[in-house]
Amino acid sequence: MKPSRLTLGLALLILAAVVGAVLLGESVFDRGQWAQAFADPGSGPGEVLWQVRAPRVATALMVGAALGLAGAVMQGLLRNPLADPGVLGVSAVAALGAASAIVLGAAAVPGAVEVSALVGAGLAGALLILFSSRVRSPEALILFGVALSSFAGAATALIFNLSPSPIASAEVMGWLLGSVQNRSWIDVAWVTPPVLVSAVLAAFAAPGLRMLSLGEETARTSGLPMARLRLLALLAAALATGAAVAVAGVIGFVGLAAPHLVRGAVRGDPGRLLAPAALAGGLMLIIADLLARLTPTDQELKLGVFTALVGAPLFALIAWRAAREWRL
Amino acid sequence: MAGRPGVETVTAFLTMCDADASLGGRTVLDGADVQVETGELVAVVGPNGAGKSSLIRAFAGLLPLTRGVVRLRGDDITTLSSRDRAARVAYLPQERRIAWNLPAIEIAALGAPFLSAADAAAAARAALEEVEADHLADRGVAEMSGGERARVLLARALATGARGLLVDEPIAGLDPDAQLMVLERLQARARGGQAVLVSLHDLTLAARYADRVVVLDQARVVADGRPLDALSPEVMAQVFGLKGRWITGPDGPLLAAGRRQLAG
Repeated sequence: MKPSRLTLGLALLILAAVVGAVLLGESVFDRGQWAQAFADPGSGPGEVLWQVRAPRVATALMVGAALGLAGAVMQGLLRNPLADPGVLGVSAVAALGAASAIVLGAAAVPGAVEVSALVGAGLAGALLILFSSRVRSPEALILFGVALSSFAGAATALIFNLSPSPIASAEVMGWLLGSVQNRSWIDVAWVTPPVLVSAVLAAFAAPGLRMLSLGEETARTSGLPMARLRLLALLAAALATGAAVAVAGVIGFVGLAAPHLVRGAVRGDPGRLLAPAALAGGLMLIIADLLARLTPTDQELKLGVFTALVGAPLFALIAWRAAREWRL
Repeated sequence: MAGRPGVETVTAFLTMCDADASLGGRTVLDGADVQVETGELVAVVGPNGAGKSSLIRAFAGLLPLTRGVVRLRGDDITTLSSRDRAARVAYLPQERRIAWNLPAIEIAALGAPFLSAADAAAAARAALEEVEADHLADRGVAEMSGGERARVLLARALATGARGLLVDEPIAGLDPDAQLMVLERLQARARGGQAVLVSLHDLTLAARYADRVVVLDQARVVADGRPLDALSPEVMAQVFGLKGRWITGPDGPLLAAGRRQLAG
C-alpha cells in the first residue's frame, strides 16, 4: 500500500514537531552551548538534548501513535465515533495493573510496572473479546466497556484507599495523571515493539473494519473472515493501549480525537484511517507535551491533565456532531 | 418449464427444506419449504412479523435452523466457508445505516472485497450505473437522501457478482419511481440468470414483478405459486385480513382491496 499524501504530510509535520520539541525547553542555551550540545552529546547541554528531551519526545510520539491507532481501530470495530481505549475500559484496567504493582512494592523491579500495565490491558482485551463473541451489538460492547472502566476505576481507588504508604499513593496518583516526563531511551525501547506489532495486526484487520461500515450482518455475509479480523483488531487495540499506559500512564482523549481529526481526509474509510490516525496521535501528543512543558507553572503540568482539559470539550463537540450527522 | 415447484426441485439454486428456526424463544420459521431457481424472481410477502426477514436471513446463513436444511447451489449452507457462501449469495438487509460518510463508489466496491482495487472500482461503477446512481459516485452517503442511499446499497449487493440475491424490503421508504426502478433491476437480474428472493409489502408490485409469490403467515408458508394464484382472495382474507380482488390494469394486475368487515 503506498502512503497517501495525507500520511506523508503528517510525517513531515511530525518531523518538524520533533525538531521543535527537542530544541525548545526550559533550559535556554547560548550559541556556544548549542554548538557543544551537537558536537558532544556527553556534555551538559548535550545530555539535556539527547538524554532528556529526545527520549521524552520519542516516548510522546510512540504513546500518541499507539493511542491514535487504538482509537481508530476501536471506532471502526464498534462503528462509533465515541469509542476509544478510555471508553472501553482498556486504559483503566491497564492503570489498575500498574497501580497494583506499585502498591505491592514492585516498582523497584525493572519492568514490573510496565508488564503489569500490559497484563491489565491484555486482560481487558480478553474480556472484551469474550464478551463480543457472545454479544454482537456494538452498543452492548460499549456499555460493557463503560462498566469495566468504572469497576477498574473503583478498584484503583480502593488500592489508593488501602495503601499503607503515602509515597506509593503519590506514585499511583502520578501514574493515573499520565506523563512522559523523565522518560529514557529504555522506555522508548519498551513501547516501540508492541506498537509496531499492533500496527501490523491493525493493517491485517483493516478490510474487516471497512466492511463493518455496512453493519454486522452485511459484514458477516461479505465472505471476509470477520471473526478472525475482529479478533485481530481487538488484539491490536489492546496491545497498543497496554504499551501506551505501561510507559506513560493514563492519557485520555488522544485515542478519541486523533481519528476524528483525519477522518474527513480519508472520506470516512475506517481502513485507510489507521495510519493517519496513528500519526495524528503522535503529532498531537508531541505538541501537547511541548505545550505542557512550556506552560510556566511551578509544578510541571501533567500531560494527562492537559489532554483531558482540551479533550473533554472536544468529546462533547464530537458527540454533538455525531448526533446530527452520523446517526442517520 | 424445468425447475417449477414439483419438477426437479432438487436442482433449485436456493433451497430450504422443512426449516424450523426461532429467535428469542419465538418461532420464526415453522416447517418452511422454499425454492428459488436461477432465472426466477420470487417475492416473499406476509404481514409484519410473519417471518419474511427470517426466511431471507436463513438463506444468508445469518439465522441458524433448529431443524431442516438450507442449500445453496446444492450444498448445505452450514458446510460452506464464509467465502463460498458469499460467492453464491449476496444479502441486502433492510437496515440501511452506514456507519461512516464513505463515498458511494467505495460503498459499492465493498461488494467485491476479493478483487483488486481497480477491478472492484470498475464493478462498483457498473453497479452504480445499473441502479441509475452513477452521478452519486463521489458523494458521501451521509449527504444522501434515504432513497439514494438505498440505491447505493443495492449497487453494493449487485457488485458482488453472486448468483443468488437475497433482498430484504428493498423498496421500503422509496418514492414510487425508485420502487419501480429497483424492482425492474432485480427482474432484469433474474432474466439474466440469477436467483432472486425479495421480500415485499406491496402486493400489487409483488404480483407485477415476481415470477412466483411465497406467502408467509405466522412463520409458515401458506401459499406458493404464480402471483395471482398465491394471492387468491381467500389467502388475502385469511392472511392479511383484506377483502381484495385483482383487476387488470394497463401495466399488469392491480389489487383492489379494503379492510375485511369483521362479522358481528
